[in-house]
Amino acid sequence: MIDVAGSLRRAWQQLIAHIDFPLLLITLAIMAVGLATVNSATIDSSHRMMSQAGNMGLAMVIMWFVSRLPPQKLMSFAIPLYVLGVVLLIAVFLFGIKVNGARRWLPLGFTRIQPSEIMKIAMPLMLAWYFQKYEATLKMKHYLVAALLLFVPFALIAKQPDLGTALLVGSAGFYVIFFAGLPWKIIVGMIAAAAAAAPLLWGMMHDYQQKRILTLIDPTTDPLGTGYHIIQSIIAIGSGGAIGKGYLNGTQTHLEFIPEKHTDFIFAVYSEEWGLLGNATLVFLYTLLIGRGMIIASGAPTLFSRLLAGAITLGFFTYAFINMGMVSGILPVVGVPLPFMSYGGTALVILFLGIGILMSIHTHRMLVKK
Amino acid sequence: MGNFHNPEADLDRFRFRLGFAAVFVLFAFCLLLGRFFWLQVIQHDFYQTRAEDNRIALIPIVPNRGVITDRNGVVLAHNYSAFTLEITPSRAGDLEETITALSEVIDIQAKDRKRFKRLMDEAKNFESIPIRTRLSDAEVAMFAAQRYRFPGVEVKARLFRQYPLNNVASHAIGYIGRITDRDLKWIEEAEKQANYKGTDHIGKNGLEQHYEFELHGETGYEEVEIDAGGRALRSLKRIPPVSGNNLSLTLDAKLQEITELAFGDRKGSLVAIEPSTGGILALVSNPTYDPNLFVDGITPDNWKELNDHPSKPMINRAINGAYPPGSTFKPFMALAALEMGKRTPGQAISDPGYFNFGNHQFRDDKKGGHGMVDMYKSIVHSCDTYYYILANDMGIDNIAKFMGSFGFGQRTGIDLGKDDLSESKGVLPSQEWKRQRFKKPEQQKWYAGETISIGIGQGYNAYTPIQLAQATATLANNGVMFRPHLVRHIVDTKTGEKRLVEPKPIRDLQLKAQNIEVIRRALVGVNKEGTGARAFAGAPYEAAGKTGTAQVYSLKGAQYKEGAIKKELRDHALFIAYAPADKPTIALAVLVENGGFGAQSAAPIARMVMDYYLLGKLPAGAAKDDPAAIEEEHEE
Repeated sequence: MIDVAGSLRRAWQQLIAHIDFPLLLITLAIMAVGLATVNSATIDSSHRMMSQAGNMGLAMVIMWFVSRLPPQKLMSFAIPLYVLGVVLLIAVFLFGIKVNGARRWLPLGFTRIQPSEIMKIAMPLMLAWYFQKYEATLKMKHYLVAALLLFVPFALIAKQPDLGTALLVGSAGFYVIFFAGLPWKIIVGMIAAAAAAAPLLWGMMHDYQQKRILTLIDPTTDPLGTGYHIIQSIIAIGSGGAIGKGYLNGTQTHLEFIPEKHTDFIFAVYSEEWGLLGNATLVFLYTLLIGRGMIIASGAPTLFSRLLAGAITLGFFTYAFINMGMVSGILPVVGVPLPFMSYGGTALVILFLGIGILMSIHTHRMLVKK
Repeated sequence: MGNFHNPEADLDRFRFRLGFAAVFVLFAFCLLLGRFFWLQVIQHDFYQTRAEDNRIALIPIVPNRGVITDRNGVVLAHNYSAFTLEITPSRAGDLEETITALSEVIDIQAKDRKRFKRLMDEAKNFESIPIRTRLSDAEVAMFAAQRYRFPGVEVKARLFRQYPLNNVASHAIGYIGRITDRDLKWIEEAEKQANYKGTDHIGKNGLEQHYEFELHGETGYEEVEIDAGGRALRSLKRIPPVSGNNLSLTLDAKLQEITELAFGDRKGSLVAIEPSTGGILALVSNPTYDPNLFVDGITPDNWKELNDHPSKPMINRAINGAYPPGSTFKPFMALAALEMGKRTPGQAISDPGYFNFGNHQFRDDKKGGHGMVDMYKSIVHSCDTYYYILANDMGIDNIAKFMGSFGFGQRTGIDLGKDDLSESKGVLPSQEWKRQRFKKPEQQKWYAGETISIGIGQGYNAYTPIQLAQATATLANNGVMFRPHLVRHIVDTKTGEKRLVEPKPIRDLQLKAQNIEVIRRALVGVNKEGTGARAFAGAPYEAAGKTGTAQVYSLKGAQYKEGAIKKELRDHALFIAYAPADKPTIALAVLVENGGFGAQSAAPIARMVMDYYLLGKLPAGAAKDDPAAIEEEHEE
């Protein structure tokens, strides 16, 4: 008699062999919150919850595939992906279409893509590969080359202009360089140089440029433009109070005062309905996510996997911090979605690529050691 | 890092940096939590309020304006509901296009567009704004059929002010009109801004203005939830408005109407007062105007016509026209003489037909004079010489003091217009008055010769018909003076309570009864055997009266001939009267501008008013011009 149960179990085990359950559970928890919030944000109009659930399903399938790829395989993607990304960014610079004053999209006939998204993964992948390659002979010049590899895509994205994505791509690259051992002296020196250069740069700027930066820092100076959005979002958060107005009861949300409420400003919707208690819970979940990522990075066997895991993990932090910071008014408004919460397929796919990579690194560590 | 490679050290360094990053992450998240705590706990109340303000809009509900009725309950001002076509800008899309499309269905004129534009600037975009008022039933039906084409446009019922008697008593009632900047200032000074949210009309004149804050009522509110686009989603709470208080007047609308008819196209004024209360029975200023023209914003053409008309219909002559009282001043002069002991009733003078003062001769109307004249005769036959001498004997300041106590040259405080300044003061001449009136020192001095013509109600004398009527009523009421007023009581709509206006006298002149009796007998004599006899022939009641003629134009010694001079320069005709003489229930003053002799044009109006008021009917064969009777009347 064939052991049906046994073969089924083996098949199942084969299926989940490269899944890291702590990571999966944490992301599932955040996504459950996100799904409920997308529902609240779109219940009056576009009803996006099911569509977002579909996005999540698709992204998790991609995660599953990536998690099965061994890190060596991932390394082989580094150069092609990076080169492809840079070429597409140059193409965008040359042929891209303008949407809302920014040239971010590349038309492909049947569809259009946003190549800067690819860079969110390609950048840390490339730099981690680069440091792995020169691990034995790491010298100062390698940091310079890494900086150059970082700078080219960063500049191309910032030029679009897409400050938010440029920041995310740039920070992802910087984390790799940082974990690779960029000397503290240089880090401190760079910070000092930036601080010193700021007033000089400020003095060289035109009035309208200064004004633009001022509105970025303090939106209340432009209460009818960008400021209106951030003011409404802060009102939503503040009026949520300690325990929130209750699910589906946010007045700022349901009376349409919050802009972009199912995408970049979804945190305001969540915060209005769930209050400080909800916010603390969400921040706690992100802390767990980052903690798990750091444990994975810490246990990673090779420099490549270590750097990549560390950079991806800090990337999640950056997304979450910048988004919550901007929605609550302590950071300037740049277009950064809240990870696993904001509506949008592309962002989810990129995030789950990261999760998949983390799982791959974690579940292949023993094999490498052997 | 360095020239040699040590994997263990590299791993340690990596882990250290990972730990550093972890601390940084925790620090950053704590910062965020701190921010959330600040916003959601410490600043929560502030943002809670902001969110509520965002969410809730208060839409004012304008109260019904109080109704004005006469002493018999005849409605003089009320509200009626009419259909208006209104646009809610936030729901209508392109306004220009909408209005243009609407004008193909319903007549919309340039002035409608103008008003709409103005209202739009004032309103919030979730309020609906009228583009057309007073739609006819046909227009309502026409719009209803095409309604689907016009989102955000609807037919609404609004209340409009209406004056059902049109021109009757227009100067007393006044009218309402759109609130202007000046009215806004008034509202602010009265600290009524909150109560006027949503109100766009206000009393501009007359009672409508004087009792504005009684008539207006309390504005109600509807709390509605609105979204970020300003669309009203649902009603949360409704505080109904409280209708304005109603005014019940002392005025008799029928009497008023008859009086206005009696004036015909003659300019002038009549004020009839109930002597025992000061309540005004009729207040006429002719010509009148139709206050309904103003309610919905008067058209420029109508406004121009009313303003530029030579007979000035917009002026309320009863309180703003100042005229010399002419011979109607004489009974008050006579009473002053008695009260001050300057004359006794029997004391007579010989009248040669003139009075010489210095090198100037003051002439009497009757050539050759009236012969021996005592006080009775001086009033009945209106002897000028008697009063030239009397005025000279009394002196200007004594005259001014006594006449001032009768209210001459002082605002009566009648309840018309915004405040006391709506009423003219007139001129009560005195040395002090002249000092203040003129700038040059030589003009400031009072000359004794100027006193002489004061005695016959000429010279600097100038009083409003309301002052003359008040003085007559005070005389009729034995010196007990009331403030003339139009409102008998205010009916409080909230409590149903009737608040009486002015039930107490303002002053008792403490006149001696026998002196008043002397004057009364003389005034009765005027209507029996004197200048008023023809007008009051056959009256079944005893009426006291005095005719008067006020010079508009100095003839400088030439004999006055009515036909010989232009109508605008003819004398004003006056008449004061009260009846029944022994127990007066009505006292009045009539002025007919350029009416010539008082007996001829003013006294018959008084007769009609009194007949109607006392008998409920008009005089049979109301006195017609009869050349035979004119000789006597010329004696004024």
